[in-house]
Amino acid sequence: MSHAVRIAAAAPALTLALPQRVMADVGPSRFNLQPPVTEIAAHIYDMHTLMLLLCLLIFIGVFGVMFWAVIHHRKSRGATAAHFHENTAVEIAWTVAPVLILLGMAWPATRTVIAMKDTSEADITVKVTGYQWKWGYDYLQGEGEGIRFLSALSTPRDQIEGKAPKGENYLVEVDNPMVVPAGKKIRVITTANDVIHAWWVPAFGAKQDAIPGFIRDTWFRTDKEGVYRGSCAELCGREHAFMPIEVHVVSAEAYTAWVAKQRAGAAALSADDSREWALAELVARGQKVFAANCQACHQENGKGLPPAFPPLDGSALVLGDKNGQIDVVLHGRPGTAMAAFGPQLSDADLAAVITYTRNSWSNATGEAVQPADIKAGRKG
Amino acid sequence: MAAVTPEQLHGHPHPPAGLMRWVTTTNHKDIGTMYLLFSFVMFLSGGVMALTIRSELFQPGLQIVQPEFFNQLTTMHGLVMVFGAIMPAFVGFANWMIPLMIGASDMAFARMNNWSFWLLPPAAILLLGSFFVPGGATAAGWTLYAPLSVQMGMGMDMAIFAIHIMGLSSIMGAINIIVTVLNMRAPGMTLMKMPLFCWTWLITAYLLIAVMPVLAGAVTMILTDRHFGTSFFNAAGGGDPVMYQHIFWFFGHPEVYIMILPAFGIVSQIIPTFARKPLFGYASMVYATASIAILSFMVWAHHMFSTGMPVVGQLYFMYATMLIAVPTGVKVFNWVATMWRGALSFETPMLWATGFIFVFTIGGFTGLICAIAPIDIQIHDTYYVVAHFHYVLVAGSLFALFAGAYFWLPKWTGRMPDERLGKLHFWSSMVFFNITFFPMHFLGLAGMPRRIPDYALQFADFNALATVGAFGFGLSQLIFIAVVVKSMRAGERAAAKPWEGAEGLEWTVPSPAPHHTFEHPPVVA
Amino acid sequence: MTEALERYFVPEPSKFPIFGSVALLLFGTGAALWVNHVPAGPWVFFAGIAILIYMLFGWFGTVVRESESGKYGHQVDTAFRWSMGWFIFSEVMFFAAFFGALFYVRVLAVPALSSGDNLSLLWQGYNGAWPNAGPNAAENFTPMGAWGIPAINTLILLSSGATLTWAHYGLLKGNRGQLKLGLLVTILLGAVFLALQAYEYIHAYAELNLRLDTGIYGSTFFMLTGFHGMHVTVGAIMLTVMLARAMAGHFTPDSHFGFEAAAWYWHFVDVVWLFLFVVVYWL
Ligand code: HEA
Ligand code: HEA
Ligand code: CUA
Ligand SMILES: [Cu+2]
Repeated sequence: MSHAVRIAAAAPALTLALPQRVMADVGPSRFNLQPPVTEIAAHIYDMHTLMLLLCLLIFIGVFGVMFWAVIHHRKSRGATAAHFHENTAVEIAWTVAPVLILLGMAWPATRTVIAMKDTSEADITVKVTGYQWKWGYDYLQGEGEGIRFLSALSTPRDQIEGKAPKGENYLVEVDNPMVVPAGKKIRVITTANDVIHAWWVPAFGAKQDAIPGFIRDTWFRTDKEGVYRGSCAELCGREHAFMPIEVHVVSAEAYTAWVAKQRAGAAALSADDSREWALAELVARGQKVFAANCQACHQENGKGLPPAFPPLDGSALVLGDKNGQIDVVLHGRPGTAMAAFGPQLSDADLAAVITYTRNSWSNATGEAVQPADIKAGRKG
Repeated sequence: MAAVTPEQLHGHPHPPAGLMRWVTTTNHKDIGTMYLLFSFVMFLSGGVMALTIRSELFQPGLQIVQPEFFNQLTTMHGLVMVFGAIMPAFVGFANWMIPLMIGASDMAFARMNNWSFWLLPPAAILLLGSFFVPGGATAAGWTLYAPLSVQMGMGMDMAIFAIHIMGLSSIMGAINIIVTVLNMRAPGMTLMKMPLFCWTWLITAYLLIAVMPVLAGAVTMILTDRHFGTSFFNAAGGGDPVMYQHIFWFFGHPEVYIMILPAFGIVSQIIPTFARKPLFGYASMVYATASIAILSFMVWAHHMFSTGMPVVGQLYFMYATMLIAVPTGVKVFNWVATMWRGALSFETPMLWATGFIFVFTIGGFTGLICAIAPIDIQIHDTYYVVAHFHYVLVAGSLFALFAGAYFWLPKWTGRMPDERLGKLHFWSSMVFFNITFFPMHFLGLAGMPRRIPDYALQFADFNALATVGAFGFGLSQLIFIAVVVKSMRAGERAAAKPWEGAEGLEWTVPSPAPHHTFEHPPVVA
Repeated sequence: MTEALERYFVPEPSKFPIFGSVALLLFGTGAALWVNHVPAGPWVFFAGIAILIYMLFGWFGTVVRESESGKYGHQVDTAFRWSMGWFIFSEVMFFAAFFGALFYVRVLAVPALSSGDNLSLLWQGYNGAWPNAGPNAAENFTPMGAWGIPAINTLILLSSGATLTWAHYGLLKGNRGQLKLGLLVTILLGAVFLALQAYEYIHAYAELNLRLDTGIYGSTFFMLTGFHGMHVTVGAIMLTVMLARAMAGHFTPDSHFGFEAAAWYWHFVDVVWLFLFVVVYWL
């Protein structure tokens, strides 16, 4: 079996797990923490190595003694039991010694904790919002200020369901990666829209829960350009496994170019939001929006998965007054899995997807919901 | 006193026969047996869920179950194992052994004892039944974090009420144990002469009384947030989702020691028996147990380093957590010192106990690594944590339970457990346990999150290995059924004191222990 | 006599626990159905309650009979004392969860929401002064003042503690009239307390716009006072049973733990109220 072969082949690498940091670039890590690319991650890496060695030493010490006894002090070997059952000096010694070892461990840890928490003087601040089940990025300050986009898994469903061969970056690839310049201090502030998520990029040593209604922060700075992958690290419901994080660290020039491109895209978007659309145009665009945002729950055929995920096909809400539906889509249904999509999608996207649901499957209202309706709904 | 006739004092009216005997019994041995049976059935149910989880994780991709159902399985596996298997099993041991060890005729409140047990099946029905209601069981993880748990369907409410009922059962059970230990010891049995198992249970019972009501409060708040419009865990109403975590872990961390302290007690009975040498450092064992219990109330937020606590919070919880290694270390050293220069023999109970020390300590070390806040920020919510807690829970609590079962089976059934089968059970469990859970350390370090039904490709090999191990481990547990059945029917008859080095009152009564023991308290010198 | 007391009393097999278990199964199932608006819910729920009441009567009745027929020796009495004490401790911890929640939101959550990044990025303009119903609070509400009914209720509960102690002295002195009168007055004070509390709730809903769903203030206010009120009810029921037993001639000056247990419980409920009064109403 190929697994077995690969594991056997990997066995020697196990003994090399410690020096692995030197050979950092050889693909994703298997045995140890991922190769660190920030100072914090490097601290963590080294601290873990240190802890592992200390624990290993204690382990060998304690179990060396125990197995010596197991082998030599056996009744079957004629051992007779001694009668001692306490020794104050020894007992004090083995209480104090661990305390000292622990102090040795606590010292580097304390320094790292303090460094990790220092999010001041950032060059760029990005707000990261967890949604069920994608990430929203919002460049709040620094170069690129004002850029905002959503980032969702880009692995096709077919690969997940085994209908297509799995790609190299299976489940750790997204449609719109976060892009940041190398060498700059990036402050990531996290929050969430529905439930708790956690934004985690192992190579940066940064993991921060994203808590609905609260802002938390973390930071990273790396000189090493490249693509870094992570995942949501807090159970957030059905698709928790499917909301990865992809960060591209690029040169200063490439970053400037990326910012310019995003700006141009944003201009086009706002143009979309302010014009009138034809029904067919809306339905075509809405289908894509539906597939990316709604389909996981309400299903491609609009039948949903009742009772948790109600059907849209034939739904009274969808067939009723458009403002009712706009309200639910914008603000969600508290206490259910129906999220508020208002903060996530543009007016044009919302108009498109609502129009799509009102004109698909057996639904045929023939009604086009315009971005202007959404704008009105946002106010109301 | 005229109303008390001699027959009431000495004769025992015939208890109801058949099923009604078990339903109405006030006998601690009957009740202990029911606890043990119940917990084993729950262990099998939780195990089947674990195997389904492992099967789905055998390969990348979704094969067997849908993500939603996978999350339900993970959640219920955790809940069933913790509340259904491990905790009741220890209560079963307490019921059987504490009265025998302290020379009491029964538990202090025999009728309430019956109720404590019979509350568990209703709780189990609610919990397991929730799989079959619309929307399925709760899928918010065994920690039931809000606000995810606020989104769930009716299965969540059933779990909440199940937890209330189990909490009631645990509180009554704990009160019973405390009162029995404090009030019913035979004359001469001072606290510091008491077998260590009684000590660990006494302290565990205090933990239970202190934290089960807090859990009940936490899930009650979820219930009202779900249905009655309160805002405990909702920022828009001025609450805080993280507050749930504080309340939960104020329960949750002592809870994990609830699941390990009695295990320490069992091991502390077995090691001296087979070393034929008194337990080293009895007094320091007692103090260490108490220290662990007290510390356990002060470390809860080490489960929450990644929520983003202030620096002082992180540092405090890190230091406090690290301190627990000290009293736990004292225990490990004492066991090793007990074995040192003993006359050791390795019958099945001793094998399990020795194996326990060895593998539990690995779990303790990984716990310590988790306690280092910066490292924990990397490995929190990854398979490293899964590896950690299965080392302490399976190789810790479960192995100690097996050790205790082999140790006291002669007293329960009157026959010796089959040594060959017992040893086979031990060795195959030990090997497969490590095949299952050791690779999870690597998975976690390399970055595999927990509670996911599907994963990136670099994790495939170790997951496959873990799955193979899990099936091996599961099959090994069937051997235990064979051992128990065999020792109920056939097998060598056991003497009152079947183990040469055993000490204690429980070995002064015949094997199997008669229905009523110590009706007149023995006097302990 | 010595022979009898040397042996610890172990009751015979009993059918009551299983009734209790079935009751709680129905109770739990019914409640789960009810909160999800399944029509059968309340029926199942109340069936559970009914069985529970039957069980409590039967069980405690048996205990009382056993006690009165002198089956419990000194050791059993000690056992009851320990167990009641630790049971009350577990109740303390239950309340601690809710007091902890109140403390947490007042000291940590609400101040955090109304300052720093939480304020500037998420909840602009939010004023976190307590009493507070959270950043999304749609309408204003009036918090419950401390010096009206709550202060009167404090007096009532405190005096009920005194009358109960007076009753206890009566029992110790063998003055059964004083015992019964003291109990009766205590129960009446408890009832008045509950009535005032009910009035206060109605007032809150009708006039103060203060409801269970009024943000975190409403949540903590009603959950804390509500659970306390439930405990007062239970305590009053216990005292009523004790009154009935006193009328039936139970209890002697040196053996009356049933009475004492109810009294401990009542004092515990009293102390909880003092904390409530200070942190929920006053501060
Ligand atoms: C029986 C149960 C049990 C036990 C005994 C322990 C014991 C310990 N646990 Fe563990 N733990 C769990 C069950 C348990 N745990 C569970 C279930 C979870 C996950 C819950 C969830 O999220 O679902 C968890 C999670 C968990 C976390 C959170 C991880 C995360 O989610 O990010 C942390 C962090 O600090 C931790 C720490 C510890 C420590 C320091 C100990 C210590 O008590 C260990 C002490 C023992 C030793 C250290 C070994 C022996 C000592 C010596 C030989 C002395 C010399 C040693 C030195 C000086 C190093 N545990
Ligand atoms: C308390 C004790 C306990 C015990 C004993 C176990 C036992 C096992 N657990 Fe654990 N587990 C937890 C407590 C426990 N677990 C907790 C608290 C969680 C966290 C939940 C959460 O995240 O919310 C968890 C989570 C957890 C996960 C992570 C799931 C996820 O994150 O998505 C995994 C994955 O492998 C796992 C596996 C196992 C396995 C293989 C066993 C094995 O030891 C089980 C062995 C037993 C059997 C297999 C049954 C016996 C045999 C039969 C019934 C016969 C049939 C068998 C065959 C045909 C082979 N468990
Ligand atoms: Cu988002 Cu997990
Ligand atoms: Cu813990």
